[in-house]
Amino acid sequence: MQRATLDLWVGIFVVAGIAAILFLALRVGNMGSFDSASTYTVKASFDNIGGLKARAPIKSAGVVVGRVSEIGFDSTMYEASVSLKLDTRYKFPKDSSASIMTSGLLGEQYIALEAGGEEKMLEEGDALKLTQGAVVLENLIGQFLFNKSEEAPKATEPK
Amino acid sequence: MNGLLDSLRGIGARVIDSIWRMGVATRFFLMILLQSGQSFRRFHLIIREIYSAGVLSLIIILVSGLFVGMVLGLQGYETLQTYGSEEALGVLVALSLVRELGPVVAALLFASRAGSAITAEIGLMKATEQLAAMEMMAVDPVARVVAPRFWGAVISMPILAALFSAMGILGGYLVGVVLIGVDEGAFWSQMQAAVDFREDVLNGVLKSVVFGVAVTAIALFEGYDAPPTAEGVSRATTRTVVTSSLAILALDFILTAFMFRGV
Repeated sequence: MQRATLDLWVGIFVVAGIAAILFLALRVGNMGSFDSASTYTVKASFDNIGGLKARAPIKSAGVVVGRVSEIGFDSTMYEASVSLKLDTRYKFPKDSSASIMTSGLLGEQYIALEAGGEEKMLEEGDALKLTQGAVVLENLIGQFLFNKSEEAPKATEPK
Repeated sequence: MNGLLDSLRGIGARVIDSIWRMGVATRFFLMILLQSGQSFRRFHLIIREIYSAGVLSLIIILVSGLFVGMVLGLQGYETLQTYGSEEALGVLVALSLVRELGPVVAALLFASRAGSAITAEIGLMKATEQLAAMEMMAVDPVARVVAPRFWGAVISMPILAALFSAMGILGGYLVGVVLIGVDEGAFWSQMQAAVDFREDVLNGVLKSVVFGVAVTAIALFEGYDAPPTAEGVSRATTRTVVTSSLAILALDFILTAFMFRGV
């Protein structure tokens, strides 16, 4: 085969491969959004994180403003310490509160960030004071059953 | 007593043989790496091998990628539908292709399409004493014949795997969104939320590079090591496909265990 046609085909092949990787990066993956943006990290402690995982989204008013970067266990307080990576475009007051929510009944868990009223803004390395851990479904069901069983005798009394 | 000794001797011979073969293979691989510089200086040799290993494998890779994606779309829809979460179809198709099926199936196809061709070609070159003739002319056959084929195939493999994944996702899109009618926005946005570039896409590409090295090294060694007879070349070709398929699957397990544990 002619050298020129060979080069042409290989050129087309390599360009198609690069296009495929770009397609995977930009259309399929989330490279275009957020990951490349500059971030600042704040800490938060939760009494229970439920099924929260690293890289879970942090949402404020439903908009993704950051991601969970690290989850650890604080053995002095016996609490979970979570590092939140927030986009520098979004500033939050120092007294903002974080709570762990579930999207849908069985969906993934995320951290909901609610803005507070203070003038000062959160900075790199700050800690969130107001936090609320995950609601554990089993505890909820247990509580519900407990309440029901307390009610039950009253319901049968009038008979 | 004699029978026992004979069987022990048989085991010993087999063990020594296989260790010896492994040593030869390792030395062969190191020789390829040592001679690579020369073949990179004559880059048109590598380009020709990219053509025969990569461009000529395009059709089989693209068509199988499309069909694998379409089947994933159909089967995934059937299963997800029972949980009422057919919007997650995009995530299912993209993650299974990018992480596993893309690199693995592309490498299996590559082993049977390009790996066997490499073995047959080099085995035949050896059988017809072309390699010996090169040595007579003071041309190192490893530098002139083997190293360019190695790099051509190793460069082609990740490109083919990426094309396979991309075609598969398009196939899943065709079946899921165009044919069945899953919501298009949810299909793409859930996919984008779930697929991470570094964790998933780059790890998939890394996998395919490793598979490319393994398949090509096995194919080249089997060809170079083949007995110079018609039967020897045919058996070497068969061994290439079998060994490299097993190597791909075993390596895939090891790589997956390291890459995606706890993610």
